[in-house]
Amino acid sequence: MRLLFGSFFTLLIAAALGLGATWFTLTRGVAFGSLTVGAWTAWPKTGSVDIDPYARASIARSGELPTGVGDGISFYAHTDDAGQNFDGRCTFAISGMTPAARYWTVTLYDPEGRLVANTIDRHGFTSDEIVRDNDGRFSIAVAPLARPGNWLPTGGIEQFVLVWRLYDTPIGVATRTTKEGPMPAIVRKGCS
Amino acid sequence: MIRALMWLLAAILLGGVVHLSTVLALPQAAKEDAYSRLVALTPVNRVVPLPAPTADSTVMPFMDPAFAAAVCRYDLTGGSLKLIAPVSQAYTSVTFYTRNSVAYYAINDRAAGRRSIELDLMTPAQHAQVPEEEDVTAADRLIIESPSTRGLVVVRALAPEPGLMAAARGALARATCSIQPVQ
Repeated sequence: MRLLFGSFFTLLIAAALGLGATWFTLTRGVAFGSLTVGAWTAWPKTGSVDIDPYARASIARSGELPTGVGDGISFYAHTDDAGQNFDGRCTFAISGMTPAARYWTVTLYDPEGRLVANTIDRHGFTSDEIVRDNDGRFSIAVAPLARPGNWLPTGGIEQFVLVWRLYDTPIGVATRTTKEGPMPAIVRKGCS
Repeated sequence: MIRALMWLLAAILLGGVVHLSTVLALPQAAKEDAYSRLVALTPVNRVVPLPAPTADSTVMPFMDPAFAAAVCRYDLTGGSLKLIAPVSQAYTSVTFYTRNSVAYYAINDRAAGRRSIELDLMTPAQHAQVPEEEDVTAADRLIIESPSTRGLVVVRALAPEPGLMAAARGALARATCSIQPVQ
C-alpha cells in the first residue's frame, strides 16, 4: 500500500515537474548562445544547424521560421534599456547606432508575433525609408499617438515586441563584443 | 522521513527525464509549425507567393512586413530540386529549412553574385550519385545537401519602401523550383 502510494506520488510530481519545466522554458524562450546588446537579444545559432533543442522546440511550437545566418540576424527587445516592459500606452524613443549591414528593418509586433493594427498602416521602418538628420542619425518615436518624424504606432496595446533585423551583416555566431554591434538605445519618455 | 526523501529524489530525477524527452519530442509532435501551416497553402515543388502579413492575419508569426516572400515546399523523393530565383533590385535571399524548421542554409544575392540565384538541392544520397567530373567542371553549379527529404525553401525580396513592394513581388513571381528526374 505504501509502495503504491509512494510510486503514485512520485509519478505525479515527476509529470508536473517535467511538463512544468518544459512549458516554462518554451514560453519564456530559453535558448543558449544569446548575444545581448543593451535591450536587444539575438540567438545567432537559432538560424543554423547548431540550433539547440530548446530553440528547436520553441520555433516548432510558435510556427515561425528563424532568420538564417547567411541571410541576417534578428534582435528582439521586450523592454527598454532600463528594463521597463514595452507598454503600448507609453512613448519610447529609439536612437543611436546600428551595426554594419546592407539593410536593416525594425518591426513592432504583439507578443504572439502578429502585426498591430493602426491608422497609418505602419508596422516598422527599413534603413532606406527612415528620416535622418544631417549627421545621418535617426530617432524613432514608438508611441500610441501621432508624432513628428519617424513615428512607429503601438496601437495602444498592452505589450509589444520590437524586432531589429540586420540583413547581409558580419554580425553573427562569431560576434562577442558589443563594440562590433552597437544597437540603438531605447528610452521611455512617459505614458499617456 | 528518509523514505519520503528518496521518493522525492526519484520524482525530481524522473521529472528531468520527462522534461528533456518532451522538449526533444516537441518538434515531431508540433501541429502548428511552419511546415504544417504551409501544407494547406502551398503545392509540393512549386514556388508560390506567401500572403503579406497584416494585423488581421499572418501565415507565420514574426514575418518581416518589409519583405515579399515566396515558398517552395519540396519533396526530394522523385529527384533533386532545381531552384532559380531572380534577384530583385534591393536585396534577395534564399533560406532552406528542414521539415522541422531548422535553417540549414541561407544565401543572399551578393553571395550568389549574379542576376539570379541558381541552386540544386539534393539529398546526400542523390549528391553521391552526381558524376564527379560534372561536380567539378560546373563551378558555377551550387549544390546544397538537404538533411531531410522534405522541407521548405523561402525566397525573400526586400521592398526598401512600400512603393517598391510590387517590384519585389514581381521579381519573386519569376522564381521557380522543379524536380529534376533521376537519370
